[in-house]
Amino acid sequence: MSALEGAAALPVPPAPPAAARAFARLLGSELLLIFRRPRNLVILAALALLPVAIAVVVRYSSGGIGAEVTLFTRVTGNGLFLAFGAMAVMTPFLLPIAVTVVAGDAVAGEAASGTLRYLLAVPAGRTRLLAAKYLGAVLYALAAVLLIMLSALAAGWALFPSGPVALLSGTTISLADSLLRLLIVAGYATAGMAALAAVALAVSTLADSPIGVVAGVVVGVVVFQLLGALPDLAPLRPYLITSWWTAFDEVLRSPMGVARLVDGLLVYAAYTLVALSTAWARFTGRDITG
Amino acid sequence: MSVNAGVTEAEGTSAGASPPLGRGGAIVTTSLTKRFPGGQVAVDHLDLAVPRGSVFGFLGPNGSGKTTTIRMLLGLVTPTEGTCEVLGEPVPRRLAAVLPRVGALVDGPAFHPHLSGTANLLRLSAADAAVDRRTARARVAEALARVGLSAAARKRYGAYSVGMRQRLALAAALRGPRELLILDEPTNGLDPQGTREVRSLIRQVAAAGTTVFVSSHLLAEVEQICTHAAVMSGGRLVAQGTVAELRAALGGRAAVTRVTVETPHAGRAATLLTGLGLAGVRAGDGEVSAALGDRAPEDVCRALVEAGVAVRGFAVVRPSLEDVYVDLTGEGFDVGA
Repeated sequence: MSALEGAAALPVPPAPPAAARAFARLLGSELLLIFRRPRNLVILAALALLPVAIAVVVRYSSGGIGAEVTLFTRVTGNGLFLAFGAMAVMTPFLLPIAVTVVAGDAVAGEAASGTLRYLLAVPAGRTRLLAAKYLGAVLYALAAVLLIMLSALAAGWALFPSGPVALLSGTTISLADSLLRLLIVAGYATAGMAALAAVALAVSTLADSPIGVVAGVVVGVVVFQLLGALPDLAPLRPYLITSWWTAFDEVLRSPMGVARLVDGLLVYAAYTLVALSTAWARFTGRDITG
Repeated sequence: MSVNAGVTEAEGTSAGASPPLGRGGAIVTTSLTKRFPGGQVAVDHLDLAVPRGSVFGFLGPNGSGKTTTIRMLLGLVTPTEGTCEVLGEPVPRRLAAVLPRVGALVDGPAFHPHLSGTANLLRLSAADAAVDRRTARARVAEALARVGLSAAARKRYGAYSVGMRQRLALAAALRGPRELLILDEPTNGLDPQGTREVRSLIRQVAAAGTTVFVSSHLLAEVEQICTHAAVMSGGRLVAQGTVAELRAALGGRAAVTRVTVETPHAGRAATLLTGLGLAGVRAGDGEVSAALGDRAPEDVCRALVEAGVAVRGFAVVRPSLEDVYVDLTGEGFDVGA
């Protein structure tokens, strides 16, 4: 009885469809903000150009390209491999930097420029705004991944043969199957970047300078990559988010190494959960003085 | 002559108690306090009572706690102590219900430099669950027109002048119908013409029934439009009430009605005024002034003329709200000069 009365005293939230529509508008505005920002567009353009540059170098030079030789020598056999190769090259550093620039700026940038106080006075709602900020960063990561892949596919097929694909384990699969596998790579890579975006967003709610946040998270990524590369610290590897980012080469085996991908996704989920909880606790309780 | 002598706590709070307000006030705070983690007390037991329909001047020097108070009213900063009610609802608990009815300009304009004025306001509209998407554009255009920014609506905010930025912040506050407008230093960065326009805008909004709460450290600008005022100093409220009450609260203080005499015989006039029993006589180059006290100005004038002092100009200067402000906050050194 008393519990019912307590519930009745709570403010009545808007009907779900109206609230969902209002949130969609906020998210749409967030996406416009991200995708109209010159800096973010320049980053996307650079990410899209890199696979083209790789294709040209592989096509017109005789030598291989460093560590990714196995993937890139296959590119000459099938242009589709350029998409895998480009992801393998860009996932450790370039893609994380792009995602960090957007997610790290999300709250700290608006706080530093003062636009945050006007959004909250609207009222945008702190939890609602944080959710829109996070989804916006994740969608930017997805756009970056898809752009890299599409650009790589276009460049790969323009300069190299297409058709059935020979996998790392030797089996040959159809074009349709290989495109499906590419989609899985895109999904897995986006999930990894979404976890990173959550971490960057959490740091963004903790600090006031957007450049400091972005630099801090990028340094963190580099440190994690170094720790993961040290043989003595091998036991640490499964706990580092960075170790799982390039696990999508499992997709190129037959049968696919699903178990390792699932492990990766679980690590991402754990990072995301902790980071978003931190971001929420900090952002909803914080004094906005900037 | 020092003006802050004689201003005591008791005198300050007696003026502060004047408007008794129940739940009807647009803003009512009791013992509202903000202590920042560093230990700095920005706002100290503030009891503010802003009647509905008033144009309320929130005055005080820079750093006296005005902006922190406004941030607490808008839920940006959580009070350490005390309660705060806006439009009859407790804040910050019922912010979601209150803020759609409140327009605010907080601590200067802040917008995205790469977006146009229109795009910046549409972003605020998109964040507002209470706004109908179909009318958002029309409302934004209307708000821009009200502040005279229609011609620059599609220009990048980064290319706006200081005055245009301030106008855009005002347009943001006027984005929808408001019951309460909270304006923090709305005339900052505006030229005299812009300041006049803001005053007339505030008058219009107030005439339509909106309560206007306007903070300023430049009081002459606000004095002409306010019905009520409060004066802050060092985080504390030193006086509040109607503008007339505040002027009356001056009795016996340093800032009082003075006479100023323009004359080539300054020395003789000064001696005469002292002889008449006027206090605070100051003689300058071709000018003498003194506190009028309870003397009638015409008597003073006649005495001067009869004594052979050539009176070229004679003026009675009544204390302005600025004198009250300077008197209460201790800002400034010499009221009469």
